[in-house]
Parts: sequence; C-alpha cells; structure tokens
Amino acid sequence: MVGARPWLNILTHVILILGVLIVAFPIYVTFVASSHELEALLQTPIPLVPGGELLNNYTAALTKGAKAVGAPVGVMMLNSLVMALGIAFGKIAISIIAAFAIVYFRFRFRMTAFWMIFITLMLPVEVRILPTYKVVADLGMLDTYGGLIIPLIASATATFMFRQVFLTVPDELAEAARIDGAGPLRFFWDVLLPISRTNIAALFVILFIYGWNQYLWPLLITTDESLYTILIGINRMLAAGDDQAEWQIIMATTMLAMLPPVLVVVSMQRLFVKGLVETEK
Amino acid sequence: MAGINLRGVVKAYGKTQVIHGVDCTIVDGEFLVIVGPSGCGKSTLLRMIAGLELITGGEISIGDRVVNDLEPAERDIAMVFQNYALYPHMTVYNNMAYGLKIRGLAKADIDARVRKAAEILALDDDLLRRTPRQLSGGQRQRVAMGRAIVRQPSAFLFDEPLSNLDAKLRVQMRLEIKKLQKDLGITSVYVTHDQVEAMTLGHRLLVLNAGIVEQIGAPIELYEHPATLFVAGFIGSPAMNLLPARIGEDGGRVELSGGDGLPLPPGRFAAHAGRTVTAGIRPEHFEMVADDQSNGHGVARLAVDVVEQLGADTLVHGHFGTDRGVLTVRLNGTQDLQSRQVLPMSVQPELIHLFDPDSGRRLGG
Amino acid sequence: MEKRVVFRNPVLPYLLLAPQIAITLIFFIWPASQALYQSLLQQDPFGLRTTFVWADNFIDLFSQADYLNSLQVTTVFSISVAVLALSSALYLAVQADRVLKGAMAYRTLLIWPYAVAPVVAGVLWLFLFNPTLGIAAYWLRELGYDWNHTLNGGQAMTLVVVAATWKQISYNFLFFLAGMQAIPRSLIEAAAIDGAGPVRRFWTIVFPLLTPTTFFLLVINIVYAFFDTFGIIHSVTEGGPAGATNILVYKVFRDGFLNLDLGGSATQSVVLMTIVIAFTVIQFRYVERKVHY
Repeated sequence: MVGARPWLNILTHVILILGVLIVAFPIYVTFVASSHELEALLQTPIPLVPGGELLNNYTAALTKGAKAVGAPVGVMMLNSLVMALGIAFGKIAISIIAAFAIVYFRFRFRMTAFWMIFITLMLPVEVRILPTYKVVADLGMLDTYGGLIIPLIASATATFMFRQVFLTVPDELAEAARIDGAGPLRFFWDVLLPISRTNIAALFVILFIYGWNQYLWPLLITTDESLYTILIGINRMLAAGDDQAEWQIIMATTMLAMLPPVLVVVSMQRLFVKGLVETEK
Repeated sequence: MAGINLRGVVKAYGKTQVIHGVDCTIVDGEFLVIVGPSGCGKSTLLRMIAGLELITGGEISIGDRVVNDLEPAERDIAMVFQNYALYPHMTVYNNMAYGLKIRGLAKADIDARVRKAAEILALDDDLLRRTPRQLSGGQRQRVAMGRAIVRQPSAFLFDEPLSNLDAKLRVQMRLEIKKLQKDLGITSVYVTHDQVEAMTLGHRLLVLNAGIVEQIGAPIELYEHPATLFVAGFIGSPAMNLLPARIGEDGGRVELSGGDGLPLPPGRFAAHAGRTVTAGIRPEHFEMVADDQSNGHGVARLAVDVVEQLGADTLVHGHFGTDRGVLTVRLNGTQDLQSRQVLPMSVQPELIHLFDPDSGRRLGG
Repeated sequence: MEKRVVFRNPVLPYLLLAPQIAITLIFFIWPASQALYQSLLQQDPFGLRTTFVWADNFIDLFSQADYLNSLQVTTVFSISVAVLALSSALYLAVQADRVLKGAMAYRTLLIWPYAVAPVVAGVLWLFLFNPTLGIAAYWLRELGYDWNHTLNGGQAMTLVVVAATWKQISYNFLFFLAGMQAIPRSLIEAAAIDGAGPVRRFWTIVFPLLTPTTFFLLVINIVYAFFDTFGIIHSVTEGGPAGATNILVYKVFRDGFLNLDLGGSATQSVVLMTIVIAFTVIQFRYVERKVHY
C-alpha cells in the first residue's frame, strides 16, 4: 500500500476492531441475557458476563416457549424454515422459467409480460397491505402456509437476474443443443439449469434470508399460534408487557431467530456477496 | 452422405434483404468454402443450411430431401461453431455423447462412436474426462469437431472454426481439418473471412459479397481468372494492384494513369479499344527489367517509396509516374533497393486483368 | 440486448410465464388497483353508499395534522438513517481498504447484521435501552442523563435511527469496499507520486470515483428507511410516543389494520405507491447500473 506507516496501520486496525465491537455489542448483551435467570436480568445493572442458565433457557424456549404465547419456539422455527424455504424455492422456480420464456422465445405479449413483472418492483407489500390481505382472506388462505408463501413469490428482481444470466449465455450453445436435437425444455434442463447453478445458489442465499426475515406479511395473515413464525413469536412475547416479559426466554428466542440467517451469510459469504451484487444489477 | 443444393436462396429481415438469391450445387464429398468480408452474409447462408435461420425464399436440399422446413436436428448435419459452443458443465465425453443420447442410441453404440472419434482426433481418456474449461484452445477445437464426427452426418458445417486460435495453431488445425475431411469424405461447407484458409482448404470457393455470389470456382481458377473486381481484390495476398487505366486505340496496349503503358495480348481486347478500365496486376507478376529491354515490350517506371525485406522475397511499395496511388510489387529474394529509386517494370501480357470499372466485370474473357 | 430467435413454440412460453403472471395479477396488480379505486371513493358512515370523490381523500389526507407529522417524521428518520449508515460504512470501508491483509476478515466480521431481521434489530436495541433493565439506559443514568424513550419523542427517534442504521451499515460497507477495491491501484499510486497525502488522495481520487456507488446506496438506503424498517418501529416504539416515530409505512398499517379505516388506508397506500414509483424511476434512470465491480 502507498505510504504505509506502521503506527498508521495499527491505528487503522484499532478503528476497525472498535467498529466490529460496537456492531457486535448488542448481540453480546443479548447472548449474555439469554444465559441468565430472569431474576439476574431484573437487577440493575444487568450482568455483562455469561451466566449458567444457557442450556436451560434455550431448551425452555425451544420446547415450551414463553407463557404469553401458546407455541414453543421449536415450532415457530419450523414455520420460519418452511416459509423461508418456500419463498426461496418458489421465487427461484417461477422466476427462472419466466426469464427462460422471455429470453428464449418470441411471442405476443412478451413485452407486456415483462412490464407486468417489472411493476411488482414498485408494489412492495407495505403499500398494498389491506387489499392484499382481503384477496388472501377471500381465497381462504389466511392462516395457511400457502397464504404465507405464495403471495410473496412473484419476483421482478429474480426474474431480471436470470434474464441477465441467460443473456450472457452464448447463443451458439442453444444452437448446438438444437442441432443435437434438444427441444426447449430439454435445453433448459440439461444445459441452462446446470450452467446457472452458482447464480441459483447465490440467489438462494439472499432469498432464504429475505424469507426468514419476513415480518409484516405473517403479522397480517397469521392469527393461529401454531403458524407463528419466530419473528412473530418474539413480537407476541414482547407484547406481554414489561412486567410479565420473560426476558431470558425472549433473548434466547432472539438469538435463535438470528442464528440461521447469520450462519448462512457467514458460511456462504462468497455466494452471498455474489447474490447481493447480482440482484442489484 | 449427400450433396447440398441451394436454389435461389434469399434471406430478408423485415424489408432488408441480406442474401439476394444464391444458387450453388455442392456435390457429395466436396469441400466448399464460403468466403467474403465480415457482414457479407456468409454466416447467415451457412446458418440457413443448418436450419438455424429461416429461409425467406428459394430452396435448400440436402441429399434428395428439401429441408426448408426441417428442424436443424432433422437435417442430418453437424456444425462446428466459431466459439466451439461446448457445453461448459459437461465432460468432453458427454459433450460428444449428448446428441447421440437425445437420439436414443444405445449406450454401447454411443461409447463406440465417441471412442472412435476420440481416436481419430487423438483425444486420450484423460482428456475425455475433463470439462471444456480445462482444455486449451486447440483441444476445444478438436472436441467441437469430435462432437460433429460422432453424429456421422451427411454434411459438416463449419462457421469460422479457426478464428479464435492463434496464428500458429490455426495453420496446424487447418491441416488437420483438411486431412479429416479427406479421410472421412463427408460433404463440408466451411465459412471464413480468411482468404488463405479458403484457398488452402476448399475444393471450390464461393465468394460472397454483400449477399451476392461473385464467383464460384476452384481456388486456382479464382486466382487466375477472377470474374469480378471484388474477387480480384479479395483473393491473393498481398492483394492485386488495381489501377485506373485506359485501353489504347489499337487495343494492344493498356495505358496506366501515371503515363506509362504495358502491352496486352494481341487481339483479346480489340473490341474494347479506347475504353476506360481498371487494370489488375498481382504484385508477384511484375518483373524488374533493364531499361534497354523496353523496346517493343513496354515498361512502367515504378518510383519506390518503401521497401520491405522479408527474406524469401521483397515487397516494394511505390507508384507509377505522376499517379499518386500506391501499389505493391513483390520481387524474389533480397533486393538492394533505395527509396526514391525508379525501377523499370514489365508484366507478361496475359497476366494483366482488365475490368469494367462500373460493373466490376472482367473484360476479354 | 436480444437473443437470436432460438425456440419456436406456440404455447410453451405462455405456460412458463403463467405462474409468475398469475401471482403478479392476483396479489400485486389487483390489490393495488383496488387501493387506487378506493382512494377515489368515499363511503357514508353506515357503509351503505359510496360516492366518487376524485381527489377529496387526498386533499383531506394532506390536511390532517397527524399525516403531515408522519411525513415529517419519515423524512427526518430516513435522512438520518441514510446519512449515518452511509458515513459510518464509508469510514469503516476506507479503513478496511487500507489494510490489504485482513480486509476480508473484517468484512466477515461486519457483514452479518445484514442477515438480522429488522424486528430483531429492534429487539436488540430495545433491550439495550430498556428504561428499567437496559444496560445502555443504565450507563446514561449513571452519567446523569435520564433515558426513557417511551416518554421522550426525541429519544425514541434516536433509538429507532440507531437500530435501523446498525442493520444497514453492513450492506453499505460491502458495496463501498467493493467499489474501492475496484479502483485501480495505479491511480492511487500516481496521486501519491504527485505528492498527495492519504486524506487528500481520498477526497480527490477515491471519493469522486465512488460517486456512482454512493448515489446508488443513497437511493437504496432511503428506500430501506421508508419501507423495510417497519419491524423496527413495530417492536421498539409502535410509532410512539405521541406519533414521534410514526413513519408512513407504520401509519398505513395502523390506520388500516388496527383502526380499520379502509378509505384512509387506501389513500395512504396510493401516496406510498407514488413514492416507490418515484424511487424506482430515479434508480433506473439516474443510477448507473453496474457501478460496482
């Protein structure tokens, strides 16, 4: 590096480590709180070193949950997992075939379809809360997995990303496949899918996190406790009020809610960064 | 195996016509090279034969079948693409086997055919297990040909297959393709913009310019008797010199615009006496002469601008008299020449080509 | 950029598009048009008759004090979040870019808050600043500063801004770092040879070259603050106290879903849609694509 001086280097590292510590601090406090009994948390100030109740708290959360909510966190995590996987796979599946149609075929209403998909970019669920709720209610999809997942799987971003990927595939590859006697579906399955697999994986990482972290939508359409996702569960536990809040359980649940997406990001960092950059193109 | 027949083949995109009616019969086992500058429509023509482009007008038949409306896979052809178009995620073996699998051939048959093609192309077992990414350019080229060979088609179509290789490898692969085609005896159509490739590979050449066939013929025929100005300028390297000129009143001399004149074969251009023409003389057909030999022969005086010594021969760039147009002369061996020197040049009368400058057609047969 | 025509099939493309288009129509376009339709209607108090009132609902909406307040709150909130999240991420990215060895390690240590849901980010900070048991609130009290965001609007705003910023820093950091690493070393070295010190090099070379990335991130951050922070508001303040953190997205949820004001919610939805459309247009028209990498 240009103009490197030893003391400057050390200072840089100090600043960065400080940044990392500040960013990590809230999680550390949460982790510590999830390892104590409630009584310990009600003292002032609360302890800043881990206690001995870690295992008990997590087991209690996973199997029994908080008193205010009638579902154990284990079930909630399962619901979150179903929703996250459903959204990720659903979005990838319908987007990749839509992109395939748009890129590899010429047909009437092609541009109409393209713009219709584009429009979904401008209509996040936050801006059409009530009427969308009404549609889902009319279709009898409240309190179902289908209702949680299906309305969220249309995706302009994913469709455009796959379109971009397909556009970079040389035309000759499809022509070679045609000469080899492969029809469109065979080409899609034998050639296009395998060569897009890293893009699919990268997108999956992003969408899994997106799906796991969905909050407003499940908040609207689930009233049945057995369908609560973990994020809704946390909200319901908090809603019990400061007096009855079982902070040690809430904190354990919060840690559990963070664990899967954070693990995915950290362990698949390369794919995650690729996915992030590609979906923003 | 089969011949290929093109009758009045036309291609248009919307109102823009790009191929203006091509007629050509390629006989069984022939190696035809379609050559022309980029954008002349040669790839489009090949892709129409392959079935990758629809035909706007005319008829294409392969063997005794009209294939206008057949899918590429039904035309019994194989194609080698410029960028090879190998499936990047499949091994070399599977790249070659894929088309056969789709065709539903038995595993043992597929294996036999792939192994045989691999043997012909000297692709060893280790290579068959690799993916295209792990291959060199020349190896990819071979695999692309292997994919064509295993199909045992009636015709091979090559779309500039050597343009992505470096110069040395290109020469080597050119020889391999020539040998392969000779050994297999399969009708082949080969598209290139490189006239050296065209001259060395083809039994016959089809010169295409702006969607029009300029000439079809054997390489030497095109070299010796270019039918048009375009062919004259395109075939041969360095390119033929094309000079503005006029046929003398007696029809026996061509007067170059620089003021010098050269004799023509007696009688051949009598009908065109006095006409303004474009004279074409290949660089290698000039001969340096002593000034006193000029009697009756006629010489043109070349003012030397630049001399390039290539060892085996010498390229002299210069101009005739007052004409500022640059021309190239190729002389054998090493020559001790200086810039601004004036060299008397003669040309055998029968090696002078004359063209109508407006239509571009050859004059005097 | 278009492909050469490759496959011809009369039905297949429609079948392939059908799922995406069906979901788009049923869950996106139809509800949005319903909101648009309702925003132009007024219902009598008994819900028996509706009349077409053109822009009356909008005029009405923009004359409500609490809606104007919400607009103001949203503006303050999103600008604060964008400025804080961008500047702190840029600062960290500059530092990380400086240490060639280890930049990726710091990236790993800094990117994971991206994976934390907004609502969880809210809970983390809520717990830190909980007036009775929060450790940060305790420290502030020790320093003589009384913290109670449930009563003090300014404190509530600060808390949600901090939580929202905390979550967004990792995203910005990632793009800034990538943007900086894409700048050719030779440029920086040329500037160094010209005698520019590190600070000067940053402001005259690095920062100008990062402008496209910065602008892109600015749009993304504002959109994030507008729409994706619902979970933070919902878990930390529920829009309070006294509407101090009642951002537009939270208000539309609350009015429509909790107070069941259908017409008002539809009108607000339409305003929000207009805002998203404006951001989308800005993003596609003015943000140079592929500014990064």
